[in-house]
Amino acid sequence: MAKSNEVIFWSVFSAGGVVAAFFMPITIVLVGIAVPLGWINPESLHVLMIHWVGRVYLFLLISLTLFHWAHRFRFTAGDLGLKGFDGTLAVVCYGVAILGTVLSVIFLTQL
Amino acid sequence: MGEKAEMTNQSADTKTKEYIRPMPANWWLKKKSYFLFMVRELTCLFVGGYAVFLLVLIYRARGTNSQEFAALFDGLNHSWAILLNLVVLGMALYHSITWFNLTPKAMVVWRGEERLSPMVIAGSNYVVWAIVSILIAWLAYRIG
Amino acid sequence: MAASDTTTSDATIALDVFRYRPEQEDEPEMQRYEVPYQKDWVVLDALNYIKDEIDGTLSFRWSCRMGVCGSCGMMVNGEPILTCAAFLRNYYPNPIRVEPLNYFPVIRDLVINMEDFLQKLDDVKAWLVPKEEKPVSEGEYLQTPAQLAQYKQFSMCINCMLCYAACPIYGQHPNFIGPAAIALAQRYNNDSRDDGNAEREEVIFSHEGIWECTLVGECTQVCPKNVDPAGAIQQAKVSHTTDFLKSVLMPWGKRQK
Repeated sequence: MAKSNEVIFWSVFSAGGVVAAFFMPITIVLVGIAVPLGWINPESLHVLMIHWVGRVYLFLLISLTLFHWAHRFRFTAGDLGLKGFDGTLAVVCYGVAILGTVLSVIFLTQL
Repeated sequence: MGEKAEMTNQSADTKTKEYIRPMPANWWLKKKSYFLFMVRELTCLFVGGYAVFLLVLIYRARGTNSQEFAALFDGLNHSWAILLNLVVLGMALYHSITWFNLTPKAMVVWRGEERLSPMVIAGSNYVVWAIVSILIAWLAYRIG
Repeated sequence: MAASDTTTSDATIALDVFRYRPEQEDEPEMQRYEVPYQKDWVVLDALNYIKDEIDGTLSFRWSCRMGVCGSCGMMVNGEPILTCAAFLRNYYPNPIRVEPLNYFPVIRDLVINMEDFLQKLDDVKAWLVPKEEKPVSEGEYLQTPAQLAQYKQFSMCINCMLCYAACPIYGQHPNFIGPAAIALAQRYNNDSRDDGNAEREEVIFSHEGIWECTLVGECTQVCPKNVDPAGAIQQAKVSHTTDFLKSVLMPWGKRQK
């Protein structure tokens, strides 16, 4: 029984949980409800997104939330009955998160 | 001597015939607290899914002017889209609330012999959350 | 037990009890017993009544009957509880289902095999590993109230294993070190007289240790002594992560205890 390297994954999971908890609700309200219903001008979002602070915000929100999902889903899938695939599952989940992170960097620089 | 051997055999018998109760695959449906735990865990699918949605939005927003950007939101004001967003928002809120309420478990602040009350620790999270959300909403409103 | 100062009615309550006799059957069965309903009785009283008056073959563990020995833990209506703390009046008039603690092998009737838990107490070194070997002549170890407060809550554990019976992770992964063992490890890690952190870390910070836990939180809910094992595990996650980040970001710093 050696010390595990889970601490790395737990750190990003934790960071993702914090970021998602503080910032996801207001983001959903703005992007998914306020703008479509016309309460807020879509151009406001555009301006916020293009600003470097907005790009950093979106990068952190997307990337960390994906890592949060990856870690949590990997354990939950096991709880729901998917036994014996932990290695593969971990690779797939964190792989998706890494892919999402890379794509977000690429797309945000191209905005 | 014979008695001792008999006793050893008896304990060996009970050891091999221990009854193991299997854990059902639907264990999380058996108790309310287990079910709420599973709901909490599954909120990650919704917030993770929205992260992907944001990624797609950014992808489609590249190089757009204000008109083209505004057009990206055209499909989003259908009632089913709004409903979906409300469901995701509900899940995101459940994540936030359960997360803030669990912060005192991880964060222990000592003042001499006393611990800072869990209510204060959780409460300060809510305060920061409110401030941050209002700030962002105000920013979006002001720029428009 | 005193049956003198009890209610005068002939009220009874039914107990559906898990029976398993390996020498005569392969599968367990539930057996119903009608016991007198007394307002001040607990489930343990009812079980003792069964054993004394109805069926002497029923096997179960108990000792202090006042919530300090940790012997009488069982599943009552699906919840892990000390049967000396489960009052009949909270269930009356419905029948009460009594089963052995979840997630442990059943030896017989309500008696479970707790070897796994005892082994884990050994694995985490749930005892004081003194910083310095002090001869008795040098007197006691001194500790301030603030130092005592650091570990006091975790020291309340009575090894009743209700937390293991509540933990679905332990139910699915029997290798999981588990709530009580980790809480007890923290009890000693946080004790100013102790110096066993490094030895315990190999076990606590392994895959079978704190990282198996997903904070279901049921352990803390069922603990009869308010040990808060979920809190102990979370704090261990945070402290280990902080140490790890410090060692990565500030490798020149000396590791604090």
